[in-house]
Amino acid sequence: MSIFKTDNITMRFGGLTAVSNLNINIEENEIVGLIGPNGAGKTTCFNMITGVYTATEGKIHFKDVDITNEKTHNITKLGIARTFQNIRLFKDLTVLDNVVIANHMRLNSNIVSAVIRTPSYIKKEKYIHEKSINLLKSVGLEDLKDEKASSLPYGKQRRLEIARALATDPKLLILDEPAAGMNPQESLELMGFIKEIRKNHKLSILMIEHHMQVVMGVCERMYVLDYGVLIAEGNPSEIQNNPKVIEAYLGVD
Amino acid sequence: MKERKNIKKLLNIGAICFAIVLLYIFNQVFNSFQMRIFNLCGIYVILALSLNLINGFVGLFSLGHAGFMAVGAYTCALLTMSPDMKAMNFFLEPIAPWLENINLPFGSALIVSGLMAAIAGALIGAPVLRLKDDYLAIATLGFGEIIRVIFTNTQSITNGSLGLKGLAKIGWFNASSESIWWIWGIVILTIVFMVRLIGSSYGRAFKAIREDEIAAEAMGINLFKHKMMAFVIGAFLAGIGGALLGHLIGTIDPLMFRFLLTFNIVLIVVLGGTGSITGSVISAVIVTVAMEALRVLDGNIEIGGYMIQGIPGMRMVVFSLLLMIVILYYQRGLMGTNEFSWDILIKRFKPSKH
Repeated sequence: MSIFKTDNITMRFGGLTAVSNLNINIEENEIVGLIGPNGAGKTTCFNMITGVYTATEGKIHFKDVDITNEKTHNITKLGIARTFQNIRLFKDLTVLDNVVIANHMRLNSNIVSAVIRTPSYIKKEKYIHEKSINLLKSVGLEDLKDEKASSLPYGKQRRLEIARALATDPKLLILDEPAAGMNPQESLELMGFIKEIRKNHKLSILMIEHHMQVVMGVCERMYVLDYGVLIAEGNPSEIQNNPKVIEAYLGVD
Repeated sequence: MKERKNIKKLLNIGAICFAIVLLYIFNQVFNSFQMRIFNLCGIYVILALSLNLINGFVGLFSLGHAGFMAVGAYTCALLTMSPDMKAMNFFLEPIAPWLENINLPFGSALIVSGLMAAIAGALIGAPVLRLKDDYLAIATLGFGEIIRVIFTNTQSITNGSLGLKGLAKIGWFNASSESIWWIWGIVILTIVFMVRLIGSSYGRAFKAIREDEIAAEAMGINLFKHKMMAFVIGAFLAGIGGALLGHLIGTIDPLMFRFLLTFNIVLIVVLGGTGSITGSVISAVIVTVAMEALRVLDGNIEIGGYMIQGIPGMRMVVFSLLLMIVILYYQRGLMGTNEFSWDILIKRFKPSKH
């Protein structure tokens, strides 16, 4: 069953068309890759999905709801969470706080009961703390929960960012170059980690990645963008042998 | 774990009781000059905390604080002033008839002045909070000045540049011994409120916005709503602080609420550490006392039989130097983003088990 669908979305910045007539479809529990050379419009596409930009044309549907003009925080609330290309953690806060903050929007409380500390608020607060600690346990960061986020090594920061996105209870997780800056060993771990997430949290994943080993190893299906246009779609082996893709990446004489 | 929580609760209650006893003693032993400085310290604590909520915890560089204080001060002054006093003040142009006979008790007037400042905060915040960083600073600074200019020109409501004189003493009974309880009572309430707010989920959301707006929004935090919330609460507390300041001094005029007043509070917040409640409290007290203690520098000073002619304003030069030293060596202020906590004290008195 399709959980996410874009319908001919186009993004124009003045005279420049960054993405044109893109159709993406993601099934439930599927890992989908979005690849393409630099400047192909991948991140623009992510920004449209998450409401940072509003698509110039076309519609985006998530769980049969039109989210084209929705604000970023509402989209997150509906169940799309993302990570960033250059890690954006709350650097000065602890690892645990980073994850707990992601639960704020689902607290269903108001500022007065939060300050007075009503019993129902205390109960909710306790619940989100336990939930966050369990989440940290499942991603192997529990023993670092009181460290500052910025003091974590690079690989663990990536992992924390994914954990923070998971804390919003998403149905679709969007990863923007999760393997950027990782060594082969870390990339390998990441591949296992991504598959594990899908299994444990029952969600779909859409990822941008340049690291071909990771993309080919994890994604079941992928879309290839070049100059904002979709040039290929299919499973890893189809994509690897697609002449258009080879041309886009390597060029022709 | 649970045991420690109970100990901390007891310690908190103990600290408040101790503070009340201390206030009682201060009320007996301080002379009127010392008392005034001490009360001024309290007011600056309230103001510093309110600005720290906006600047330090949410990371909005707002410079419109003097404007909110002016709204609070004028509201409270006009609400508590007796009709006779109003007639004496408004000799150039009579007061607007709807204001003439209003005479509220101090407590309710104080709350109304906080609310008026909060409304002003909401009206200014709605357009301005879409801006970021320097632009926000300039816009809020502008609005602060606009409020002051409006107050200068609404002769029949605020008495214009003549200001208001003969404000009632703080409290219900018109006695000077009452002000310490009002001011420091509100200080304690404000501190408790801030500690609880910052420790709650909303406090964490505020800090998230400070750390990274884009990530905070992607985590489902409604930026505008939370910024507005902090801005309005900050304005409310600024209004209360302004009202208390006006009534402590006994006379207000628009010139009092110039940018310099905002600057003083920004200075306290930066010195104490943006994002630290403890820092703001300590630094508000130090700065207020230092401003008075350094007054000797303005007069003639005799060193070893040699007389140095006093230069008025010398204390500000020395004060600026001290500030520069602090900023050079403690870039994040006295406390950074750290807070006082009982855990540190408990650890110190109890040798660790492992």
